[in-house]
Amino acid sequence: MSAGAAREPLVRAVNVHKSFGQVEVLRGVDLDVHAGEVVCLLGPSGSGKTTFLRCINALERIDGGRIRVDGELIGLEERGGRLHRLPDARIAAQRRDIGMVFQRFNLFPHMTALENVTEAPVRVRGVARAEARERALALLERVGLADRVHNYPAQLSGGQQQRVAIARALAMRPKLMLFDEPTSALDPELVGEVLAVMRELAADGTTMVVVTHEVAFAREVADQVVFMDGGVVVERGTPADVIGAPRHERTRAFLARVRDDD
Amino acid sequence: MSGHGSVEDARPGRIDAVEVRHPWRWVALAVIAVLVAMLAHLLVTSPAFDWAFTLEVMNQTAVIRGLLLGTLLMTVLAMVIAVVVGVLLAIARLSDNPLLSGAAWVYTWFFRSIPRYVLLFLTGTLGALFADGLSLGVPFDFLLTDVLGTPELRFFSVDQATVYAWLGGYAGGVLALGLSEAAYMAEIARAGLLSVDRGQHEAAAALGMTQRQVMRRVVLPQAMRVIVPPTGNEVIAMVKDTSLLSALPVTVELFYQVTLISGRTYQVLPALAAAVIYYLVLTSVLMVGQHFLERRFGRGFGQGAGARTAAAGVAVGPGAQK
Repeated sequence: MSAGAAREPLVRAVNVHKSFGQVEVLRGVDLDVHAGEVVCLLGPSGSGKTTFLRCINALERIDGGRIRVDGELIGLEERGGRLHRLPDARIAAQRRDIGMVFQRFNLFPHMTALENVTEAPVRVRGVARAEARERALALLERVGLADRVHNYPAQLSGGQQQRVAIARALAMRPKLMLFDEPTSALDPELVGEVLAVMRELAADGTTMVVVTHEVAFAREVADQVVFMDGGVVVERGTPADVIGAPRHERTRAFLARVRDDD
Repeated sequence: MSGHGSVEDARPGRIDAVEVRHPWRWVALAVIAVLVAMLAHLLVTSPAFDWAFTLEVMNQTAVIRGLLLGTLLMTVLAMVIAVVVGVLLAIARLSDNPLLSGAAWVYTWFFRSIPRYVLLFLTGTLGALFADGLSLGVPFDFLLTDVLGTPELRFFSVDQATVYAWLGGYAGGVLALGLSEAAYMAEIARAGLLSVDRGQHEAAAALGMTQRQVMRRVVLPQAMRVIVPPTGNEVIAMVKDTSLLSALPVTVELFYQVTLISGRTYQVLPALAAAVIYYLVLTSVLMVGQHFLERRFGRGFGQGAGARTAAAGVAVGPGAQK
């Protein structure tokens, strides 16, 4: 994983700025994610970590800096010596290679689990229906839901819904998976099943950027932990460094608070 | 202390209490029964009512033609226009483009302000605007002719009489009712689109769907659940509004045909009763159709899902978390 230093990182974010009206939420965030790496973003709410994650697949439009995924500028294009914002269709094309899992699952409630997973490969990638179905069944089995493929989201528990959501994102064969607090909306006893699936993905070499409050998960799975506060990266490093021996007072205060919650 | 009626058992058992009485229900029942009896007596015995004649009116070819073409088919055609135009208006209204959004607002404002009867009357007279007839071609081609000397650029033309005939007839009725109803459908569709959670747009977009795909595959199907019930009401209202078509005038229409007969025979009440019965039947059929549509678009939501959830053992729906 650390051997990737010689290669271009899969994600390279440089000096990313983002404001909502008068409020500057991101104030110059840098991040490199190498292929196969798992990066956990920690930080108090309002620190900008979710906003930053959403910038990586252009769900938010950045005001400053650059984000490149696999060498390609996200949301922008350099043409004739000027930057141009990309039109919706081009942004949609960029998102095809970036999977995202949301805090509140956001499964399509009018489709079964299976239909949720086949929808994008069939409609967006143009994969043949039978092939998409076969792959979807394999993915749903992989996340432990082989017996739930014909259930509607409303018939699934939160943990099951989130696992379907992970399968749905994987069905597009993304280069990169983004997780936005994937366990925060779950009942405590359902968190484990989702983390188990994510642990397995990490072990298989999936490149993942995870916004989370699960410090134990970050410590165990992450290659790189990034602590954000006030729209900037306060410190970053291996889990042993950032979680085990935080150098910054704000990191220590946050970790103490989060551990009290456990 | 033991026995059946005992209130103070040490371990109270099955409750054998006197139920609350509802004496007013019986009073209401009596009042309603008397009123119904009076009405039935009136309808059956009054010489002004002639049920045999009512049946005869209902069997007239002109009346049945009016029912099928002027009422039923007109309702279907007008509602098709209304739903399509209404959904497009709602999408325009919610778009980021201020021009589209403004235009949709103006449309809704205009058509909601004009009473339908007045609008139908007006449509019948609009032919006056087209003294030179109506053409399909390059707009303002006559200006080009003046400046560049190009020939007329028209592919298809009709004269004023034809325009009058169209607008003042069946086509005018479909158009006027459909476009007027579109203003109401736009509001209903807008409410439906807004009812779909923001997260649904984002999840679909994150999968790489274009805005069109997001709308067609994810947002609209969910919005339908909210759109269908009020649309059912609109369809039923439209059935009744077809009775205004005589303003155009469209004569192939149930109510108009019935009034013709009543005018000719002076049997006003029995003739109108024929129309009333047809409207009741039509509305009842539509209500059944509405029920099935609601079930179709309620997939994954509400009671149907809940019942099966019980079997699955867990119940956490999109509505369950906030």
